[in-house]
Amino acid sequence: MLEIIDVSRRFGDFVALDKVSLHIEAGEFFTLLGPSGCGKTTLLRLIAGFDQADNGEILLDGKSLTALTPEQRPVHTVFQSYALFPHMTVAENIAFPLRMAKKAKPVIDAMVREILEDVRLPDKANHYPDELSGGQKQRIAIARALVNRPRLLLLDEPLSALDAKLREQMQIELINLQKEIGITFVYVTHDQGEALALSHRIAVMNKGEISQIDEPSVLYSCPDNRFVADFIGQCNLLDATVVATGEKNLRIAIKGLGELDVCTNPEIEFLAGDNCALTLRPEKIRLAAQLVADDNEVLFSGQVHDMLYLGDVTVYIIELANGVLIEAMLANDAPGRTRLFDTGDAVQIAWRTDAGHLVR
Amino acid sequence: MARNSAYPSKFLIAAGSLVYLFLYVPLAVVVLFSFNDSKLNAEWVGFTWKWYHKLFQNGDILHAAANSLIIATISALLATVLGTLAGLSIYRFRQKWLSALVLGPIAMPDILIGVSLLLMFILFNATLGMTSIILAHVSFCIGFVALAVQSRLSGMDQSLVEAARDLGATPLQAFRLVTLPLLKPGIIAGGMMAFTLSIDDFVITFFTAGVGSSTLPLEIYSMVKIAVTPEVNAVSTLLMLVTLVLITALSRISPMVLRN
Repeated sequence: MLEIIDVSRRFGDFVALDKVSLHIEAGEFFTLLGPSGCGKTTLLRLIAGFDQADNGEILLDGKSLTALTPEQRPVHTVFQSYALFPHMTVAENIAFPLRMAKKAKPVIDAMVREILEDVRLPDKANHYPDELSGGQKQRIAIARALVNRPRLLLLDEPLSALDAKLREQMQIELINLQKEIGITFVYVTHDQGEALALSHRIAVMNKGEISQIDEPSVLYSCPDNRFVADFIGQCNLLDATVVATGEKNLRIAIKGLGELDVCTNPEIEFLAGDNCALTLRPEKIRLAAQLVADDNEVLFSGQVHDMLYLGDVTVYIIELANGVLIEAMLANDAPGRTRLFDTGDAVQIAWRTDAGHLVR
Repeated sequence: MARNSAYPSKFLIAAGSLVYLFLYVPLAVVVLFSFNDSKLNAEWVGFTWKWYHKLFQNGDILHAAANSLIIATISALLATVLGTLAGLSIYRFRQKWLSALVLGPIAMPDILIGVSLLLMFILFNATLGMTSIILAHVSFCIGFVALAVQSRLSGMDQSLVEAARDLGATPLQAFRLVTLPLLKPGIIAGGMMAFTLSIDDFVITFFTAGVGSSTLPLEIYSMVKIAVTPEVNAVSTLLMLVTLVLITALSRISPMVLRN
């Protein structure tokens, strides 16, 4: 439905987007995720028409958007600052795109009423934006962008100004709203948790390029590269060299830890001697005072270097031989128990050969 | 340990009072003697409206007052339009020197502007009169309007205009429906400031006025040349009142603009 083909954008010497290509399906909740300066907002502005690409093509339903000004594109944006018109009431704000589309007054009134019901703020029609709370402004901004049924809704970090509790509630509302109306959402955020929670698919961006496009669960469990592994969730990244290749397992040598087996990554072919990194999620690591390793597990001894009590879980930083640090996570699920181990305790950790994921 | 807070506040009250006395005693004297039933500004004799009655029978003063109002109204309107455009372009092109150039006449001595305008009018063989005064007033008022509009613009969320475009407005519609209404307080404040400056101006008007185009400040000056009569006090009081009303309204409309 939306196709971005080899799009580049430079600002002076700074390359904001470098030959970015991606394809977004109709009805999809698609997220552009990356740190600030990765090009995600630049790409959003190109789709909205606030900026022009230096090279490349953006197609909506097969037709090029290049020659169209922002008001001619069937694309609406929810801005980070909400951008509600302060001199207009809520109803006038929502009616704005309908007025611009030259809809009849009774039609406009009915549509405004309907969308206010949808965002559950029917009694706020005659209020001014500065009389609303952050969450209410957010909902009105979304209502205004959706009321004229755009082909595509762009959302530029719309929840970043809200506090954590409200943000989670708004995330659920966004998912439900998108499901209900079926309009394609393109969502920009730097918050990986938000991206995982909301999206059907995520494009992780870094330095103007796309690092990986996949479903949230695939991004989390099978990152394509170090950047994605590190950016999405907590991750141990262990530099290693491939020692020997096999049918199912590879043997790698991790600096300081010696040789161990890992499952092959079907996406990437490794040869003996290649540099690689083992990515290992903290929750995939078993941790106990004494462990007996299974056949397909590797086992190390170490001691607790640091610990972070987070309520539901405790994160332990374990120091192995030669100063290698590994992060492991244990649920505090026993009643009254806040921690299993203390700093300095001798512990053992183990992980399955298929728990880690090998990247370049 | 704790500082005695009574001492500095007493000092401040005394110093503050002195400053305000210094500022307003001369004005108060003028107002007071405009109601004094005596030809001399020497001692208080009794209350009278006499000078105000005489004032409204003085053809020269009434004519000058009418001139002043016409000039102030027209130059304020012209300066508001041009100043708004200047403010918009300064903001759009983000060039420091543009801003400096439009604000320059504010900082320059009035006498310099007056002389240079006079030279220019002579150069173009223009007859001095209402038109030349209006042109002169517009030229020194533009900067104030531009400043007011520009400061309002820089406080405005730029994504508002983008949001308007995004939701289907053409550039012109976005300007008319979003930018202009949001600028309105700045524009009104600038226009009222221009009106105030125009109606009070003496120096520049002095150089650019011709026969029969005397304004109120010029008329007062020519009356004072003979003697400071109670009539002068009365007309000055009225002028002061107009200015005061305008300034008060201005500060109500947009405290932001005055602060900048």
